[in-house]
Amino acid sequence: MSTVASPGATGAGSTTTAVTVTRVHRLFAAQGKGSSVSALEDVDLTVADGEFVSLIGPSGCGKSTLLRLIADLDQPTSGTVEVFGKPAQRARLDHDYGIAFQQAGLLPWRSVTANVELPLELHGMDRRARRDRVGELLELVGLSDFAKHYPDQLSGGMQQRVAIARSLAEKPKLLLMDEPFGALDEITRERMQNELVRIGAETGAAVVFVTHSIPEAVFLSDRVVVMSPRPGRIVDVVPSDLGAAERRDDSFRDDAAFFHTVARVREHLHGTPVSGIRGVENQ
Amino acid sequence: MTSALPVRLSGRDPRTRMRVLLAPVVLGVLVLGLWQLAVESFEIDPFVIPSPQAIFDRFITNISSIVDGVTVTGRNALMGLVIGAVIGIVGALLASATWIFDEMTAPLVAALSVIPIVALAPVLYTLYGAAAETARIIVAALSVIVPVYLNTLRGLRQVRPVHRDLMRSHAASAPQVARTVTLPTATPYVFTGLRIASSLAVISALIAEYFGGPVGGLGKSITSAAASSNYPLAWAYVLGAILLGLAFYVVTLLVERFFTRHTGSD
Ligand SMILES: Nc1ncnc2c1ncn2[C@@H]1O[C@H](COP(=O)(O)OP(=O)(O)OP(=O)(O)O)[C@@H](O)[C@H]1O
Ligand SMILES: [Mg+2]
Repeated sequence: MSTVASPGATGAGSTTTAVTVTRVHRLFAAQGKGSSVSALEDVDLTVADGEFVSLIGPSGCGKSTLLRLIADLDQPTSGTVEVFGKPAQRARLDHDYGIAFQQAGLLPWRSVTANVELPLELHGMDRRARRDRVGELLELVGLSDFAKHYPDQLSGGMQQRVAIARSLAEKPKLLLMDEPFGALDEITRERMQNELVRIGAETGAAVVFVTHSIPEAVFLSDRVVVMSPRPGRIVDVVPSDLGAAERRDDSFRDDAAFFHTVARVREHLHGTPVSGIRGVENQ
Repeated sequence: MTSALPVRLSGRDPRTRMRVLLAPVVLGVLVLGLWQLAVESFEIDPFVIPSPQAIFDRFITNISSIVDGVTVTGRNALMGLVIGAVIGIVGALLASATWIFDEMTAPLVAALSVIPIVALAPVLYTLYGAAAETARIIVAALSVIVPVYLNTLRGLRQVRPVHRDLMRSHAASAPQVARTVTLPTATPYVFTGLRIASSLAVISALIAEYFGGPVGGLGKSITSAAASSNYPLAWAYVLGAILLGLAFYVVTLLVERFFTRHTGSD
């Protein structure tokens, strides 16, 4: 099975890559008495157009840092980050990606509708078109009834869904998601996962997805990138291309190949072979 | 858990709200009753303290002159509040935008905050003439600037990192960041500053009248009533001043409540 440049839904022979991270280091300088932290060390990562890549690893291994570098919210100490063949900064200025943060990061003084339409408003879409798009997005995340609510009137999981809708607002070709389903219950989570697979297939967007859940990573991804902490490194990349996006439905969750891949990712995470697939952690 | 419950209910449950309102009213009536009783039974002289009955009588019979006083002092306080608020807010905007301005004004603000501003009143009367209200408005404005400035500046610095990241990820321009994130974040803090400043404005405008200037304000009326030994009338004017201060406070409190109704999510 081909792994490194597995084609996404767009396929069509396009050879461009969505993300190219080359020999990236990120050192956080010591502040005061604390010692400096090497959050990322010698990280190489390529995400093809339309490819779904998950980042998984223990807390503090640099997943969010890597995502922030791709989003040009932070700069590498050395190495380069390119998005769609451009420097990360250019891609950010061109609105090439959508992002959902680890904390929902909604604006509390704005209604759900106003939060979701923020990117569209900032980039000058007219009001009528904005309202239509927001309607679609809220439908998608199942919050149509809460359009006029404010973030402090929503549960944590609902807030995250609003943030996801916001990240999808401009139909970006690249989606950066930092544990977006962290606060969701299992049922909503699986529904959102199915939706995300569908959105990925429909829009042909590449996705870089941070998660702590091995089954989630395996279910969603073409490849699972396993990271280790201090210094943050990529330990291994596990292909999970067990089928095209169309095949990733609920039946896939019970597939033998699915459990096999889950076990492999677990092995890499723990650094030792793990026998059996019982007790797969889910959070 | 159990102790947190009544507190949370206080705004909602009408019966609890009744009780919250009723308690201070009952206490107030009780205190007034005892006061009245004490003045009558011990035959306390009015220059020590007049009875509430006497004060209330004077308040009713002199209502038009009290309303005039409230109008004059209230107008000075309001103008001072508006002018001081504008200066404080604009100053805070400048200070948050340019660190050099911040560095330059920091000692000035510290100095201004320790000056007993009403003490400037006599100087200002000689500067602007004792026939004009200018000096009083300036005193009120000066007392307002510092709390508004400090609160606004603090608010402008409360932007959450995730919101800054959000705006950066959308490549928002500086004016867009200001309009969609920085100013809305600061707004509740501005109104907290205004609430604190509103009482200060009334107090300053009133006290400034003690040091001179044209007749007509509540402060002047209190001094002249006291000077002519009409103590119940002096107290009636004090009652007017209390009501004026209360009005400023309540209005700004309600405005602040309105602007803080949706803050702090996730
Ligand atoms: N702004 C910063 N300044 C200093 N150190 C930082 C900063 N941001 C991250 N770090 C450090 O870099 C390391 C990686 O952090 P990062 O947030 O990327 O972890 P993570 O993999 O996303 O963890 P989690 O799963 O808990 O979200 C941590 O050790 C953290 O202390
Ligand atoms: Mg993280």
